Amino acid sequence: MLLSIDTSAGTSVAVVDRDRGIIAEHSEADTRRHAEVIGELIARCLTDAGVAVTGLSGVAVGMGPGPFTGLRVGIAAAQSFALGAARPVVRVVSHDAIAYGHYASGGSGPLLVTTDARRRELYWSEYAGADEQGLPVRVEGPGLSSPDPIASRDIRRLDAQEVSAGALGTLAEAMHLHGRSFAGEEPLYLRSPDVTLAAGPKRVSG
Amino acid sequence: MTREHRAHEPLVLGIETSCDETGVGIVRGTTLLANVIASSMDEHARYGGVVPEIAARAHLEALTPTLTTALEQADVTLADLDAVAVTSGPGLSGALMVGVGAAKALAVSLDKPLYAVNHLVGHVGADVLTGEDVEHPTVALLVSGGHTSLLLVRDLVNDVEMLGETIDDAAGEAFDKVARLLGLPYPGGPEIDRAAASGDPTAIRFPRGLSLPKDMEKHRYDFSFSGLKTAVARWVEQRRDAGEEVPVADVAASFREAVADVLITKAVAACRDLGVPRLLLGGGVVANARVRALAEERCAAAGIALRIPPFSLCTDNGAMIAALGAQLVAAGRPPSGLGFGADSTLPVTSIQA
Repeated sequence: MLLSIDTSAGTSVAVVDRDRGIIAEHSEADTRRHAEVIGELIARCLTDAGVAVTGLSGVAVGMGPGPFTGLRVGIAAAQSFALGAARPVVRVVSHDAIAYGHYASGGSGPLLVTTDARRRELYWSEYAGADEQGLPVRVEGPGLSSPDPIASRDIRRLDAQEVSAGALGTLAEAMHLHGRSFAGEEPLYLRSPDVTLAAGPKRVSG
Repeated sequence: MTREHRAHEPLVLGIETSCDETGVGIVRGTTLLANVIASSMDEHARYGGVVPEIAARAHLEALTPTLTTALEQADVTLADLDAVAVTSGPGLSGALMVGVGAAKALAVSLDKPLYAVNHLVGHVGADVLTGEDVEHPTVALLVSGGHTSLLLVRDLVNDVEMLGETIDDAAGEAFDKVARLLGLPYPGGPEIDRAAASGDPTAIRFPRGLSLPKDMEKHRYDFSFSGLKTAVARWVEQRRDAGEEVPVADVAASFREAVADVLITKAVAACRDLGVPRLLLGGGVVANARVRALAEERCAAAGIALRIPPFSLCTDNGAMIAALGAQLVAAGRPPSGLGFGADSTLPVTSIQA
């Protein structure tokens, strides 16, 4: 059983089980309230699932891509929850959870997943389809792009507003079951910090 | 340990991520058990100041290792804790949110109460860890790269009042900016201090911000360092324009004197005006030799008891957050719950969020 957290879009938390699927899931769509809601969503999921922290085998977390500030809240929460629970963290590309949900509900074939990257840009990942275990096969991305090159692509598109921690957690369970490797420790910011080196002190006298 | 004893000596872990220091401290009541700090200062050096996004990314990387090291140092386990405390403001939003998110999840995973505390009051709270009797009321002068605040602390957990603060740059920021225009590296404080050692503090009379009678009416306890920075820049430019060499040591010493003078003058005035014979210094600028010396000299002359905690408790750290959390627990305060957010402008009257 896993606690699953994703804050790459809104804030989504779930408790999932390999056999029973999503046992509890609570989400807040607001993309600017991650720090406010994360604790309550975790607590509610544990209560609704009727599971003690010791009953969990790990914590799954979406590593993005997603806007920095919110994305970090989920990753920080997952890491410290795992430390407190003395359980491992497993990391998943958030777009993979969207694609997994698509294929699990009957979709098939090539798919382009996009999410809002703000500043009139999109995060995107391209999938060839689902493999024999139903896991999404990502062939390109995640990447960052202006909308135009994406609009001109001849491929089925899924523009997601939210990422379900339930889908992310069940994907993590499936990945673990089939011995797949998880994502790395580096958050998928896909943007450098906004900072430019100043040329030097400005003149103050005329 | 008996239940009653535990209530007065709670074991609290504190998390601080309001600026560029990832701090985790552990205290038992007023006893310091661990104070571990990871700083991203070096990553900001080439930009001449703290870059919020770089600081926030560094917090996420550093937090778990810092927590683990603090627990090892304190030789306690997470299960032993009575409460978790975290800085919820004031500070850089994105940086604060890393600590807030982590602290909430940690508290839920451990089923421990969580206290969201004020960063500035935390600086005052650090004083309880020095092992000496702390008396209130006290005036507190907190000076760092992000803050320049003069507080009246009547009671650490009940009654803290903001007397005044900077209306533009923080004092530490002024040190960074002046260091830069003198061609000295970041952070500017230690560099200015070093350069000033061989300079004449009376060589140049730089302005003391908000010290004229007309300013004192409205801004008696407020500070301003933007005009001072500009005055230094203008003075340096005039020398350079005239093809003269800039006497770096004299400029550094005179600038430092102007900062130290205005800080200590206003702090001592507050003590006198309010009849409070105690002054506590906190914040990273306390490391400045001249600020300390001037505070010692003027407090001694005015009969004010001066307190300066060890430097590791003056800069941003998690131990002060844990200490304030422990005071709140000992005072019987209910925990903050899980619904609070990061508040970049949290007022000092909100000791606990």
